[in-house]
Amino acid sequence: MPAANLTKIPKPQNDAWVLRLYVAGQTPKSVTAFANLKKICAEHLADKYRIELIDLLENPQLARGDQIVAIPTLVRNLPMPIKKIIGDLSNTERVLVGLDLRPVPAAKR
Amino acid sequence: MIESEHPVMKNPKNVSRVSNLRPLNQREYRGSTLPKTPTGIQGLDEITLGGLPKGRPTLICGSAGCGKTLMSIEFLVRGATQFNEPGVFMAFEETEEDLRKNVASLGYDLKELSDRKKLVVDYVYIERSEIEDTGEYDLEGLFVRLGYAIDSIGAKRVVLDTIESIFAGLPNPSILRAELRRLFRWLKDKGVTAIVTGERGDGTLTRQGLEEYVSDCVILLDHRVREQISTRRLQIIKYRGSTHGTNEYPFLIDEHGISVLPITSIALEHQASSERISSGIKRLDAMLGGKGYYRGTSVLVSGMAGTGKSSLAAHFVDAACRRGERCAYFATEESPDLIMRNMRSIGIDLGSWVKKGMLSFDATRPTFHGLEMHLLRMHKLVRETNARVVVVDPITSYISLGDTLEVKSMLSRLIDFFKAHQITAFFTSLTEGGSALEQSEVGISSLMDTWILLRHIESNGERNRGIWVLKSRGMPHSNQIREFVFTKHGIELVDVYLGAEGVLTGTARAAQEAKETAAALVRRQDLERKGRALEHRKKALEAKIAALRAEFETEKAEMEKDIIEQKHHEGVLEQDRAAMAKSRKADASSNNRPNGQKGE
Repeated sequence: MPAANLTKIPKPQNDAWVLRLYVAGQTPKSVTAFANLKKICAEHLADKYRIELIDLLENPQLARGDQIVAIPTLVRNLPMPIKKIIGDLSNTERVLVGLDLRPVPAAKR
Repeated sequence: MIESEHPVMKNPKNVSRVSNLRPLNQREYRGSTLPKTPTGIQGLDEITLGGLPKGRPTLICGSAGCGKTLMSIEFLVRGATQFNEPGVFMAFEETEEDLRKNVASLGYDLKELSDRKKLVVDYVYIERSEIEDTGEYDLEGLFVRLGYAIDSIGAKRVVLDTIESIFAGLPNPSILRAELRRLFRWLKDKGVTAIVTGERGDGTLTRQGLEEYVSDCVILLDHRVREQISTRRLQIIKYRGSTHGTNEYPFLIDEHGISVLPITSIALEHQASSERISSGIKRLDAMLGGKGYYRGTSVLVSGMAGTGKSSLAAHFVDAACRRGERCAYFATEESPDLIMRNMRSIGIDLGSWVKKGMLSFDATRPTFHGLEMHLLRMHKLVRETNARVVVVDPITSYISLGDTLEVKSMLSRLIDFFKAHQITAFFTSLTEGGSALEQSEVGISSLMDTWILLRHIESNGERNRGIWVLKSRGMPHSNQIREFVFTKHGIELVDVYLGAEGVLTGTARAAQEAKETAAALVRRQDLERKGRALEHRKKALEAKIAALRAEFETEKAEMEKDIIEQKHHEGVLEQDRAAMAKSRKADASSNNRPNGQKGE
């Protein structure tokens, strides 16, 4: 299980980001989400990130293992704690908040 | 393991036997074409005339704690164990672990079912605060997840419990609505029979209006409390393409799961048996046309406190057990121990029948449940024990639970049930002091086939017990008021003594009895005396005869002696004559021969 493997990864540096994008096939939303994610990462995380694209149609058992309901879902596995962001990531502001790259406005919480 | 624990699973005949309850609906069911998936839940399949719509989603809604989750899990467990249909339980509210523990009390071992690949429990964890939404999304993840679970065990049944909580966890309700609509369609395409549960909303069946999407079958569960007594009820709000029972049906959750009671009584189609069964008291049988009650009828015994109603019931039970028929005894005021002890004092050992498994007691305070619950419990016990004879002692204590109309309708359903199963029912009814004896409190006497009245007869400063048969349909019953007494061997109807003022009872009877006994004694003595005199006379006569005979004997002996002497004398004369002739040398040849003959 990929989720379990996480524990084996040594304590990451502050600059180590592992982002997992769950999709189900090549739907327009998935494609948009992936493009948005790449763009945001390139802008804000420079080279300190890794994106894992997981297609649930190929690995359906992961949906249960990683508690995925909505598609697309972006999971920030590292740094801890785990964060979940759903949607096609078109709202960049919200994505940054979700990834803790922006200070959280009190109202949003 | 689960199979063996559940009586229904042990004995699947139960199910079909229950369905015999409603022959009318079975006819209807034969005509219906909609394929159905049996739930295996007692009673529910009767109400839905076969089960839930096959391959379609069904909505079970109700307020918190009404048994939605339990009903849906029972649907899956029974599907897996009874109908070999594996199931998927998608939980949105409880974790797998919690769920497993919660249903363990019903004897369901979810883990064992999971190990046998009969069940998948998937807990969907959605926490709003951990989710940030950033635009358009869909629930494809849920679809994939469910699809995978279904395919992994070839599931035929699916439960989504409670899918509405997804609205609390995910943003954008309009997307969710569209996705749920798609989900139900997808479930139909998959051909699985699904149960979707929903919490009851304000003025709507479910908070999110799920009933709009799941339109094939909607079941409403309700848990209401009236006068501090709770009753769970189930109602089928809608069932597209099928007839169904439309009433509210009480249901019960106990250690064997859910049982629903189809309470609408059927048309009066009971078969009437002409078999007669003993009341356990010979002389009472004699009063009832000589043979006792008819099998499958209902008997009401009413009387004031302490007139012996329970004892009469105990006799009946004892007689039934002796015949080898199982009995169920519903005690509403006494504990089984108390009843058994009391009945031992009149020589009826009910305890031994309990030990042999012939007799089952169910002692519950009437206030413990609502009326419907009691009805349901009775159904259950009677079904489980296969009882042929049922005693309810006393029915009057149910009055506290509802108004007369309700009690009457409950009892008429109960009687219907008993009659349909050819069970002989014995009810006792406590008459309040002062009220008319012929007035049975709950106005149910018209439902009864035999009505026996017990009463105290007051006369000469004492009370005695009287019994009479007020009515007994279909038999020439006695019109006599009989007195009965308790003995060490049970109730005995005593002989009737008529006095100047009617039937004599108690001391008056005893006095009359004594009087008659005395008279009889005198008569007997007189007779004996006469007999003795006769004997005496006979003896005297015999003595006389003997004396005469002795006299005669003496005379006879003397006369014989004379005869012999004379004969001898003659013989001597003859000889002398012969000797003389010889000496005269006369011709002896002619005289000698006759003389020789005579002399010999």
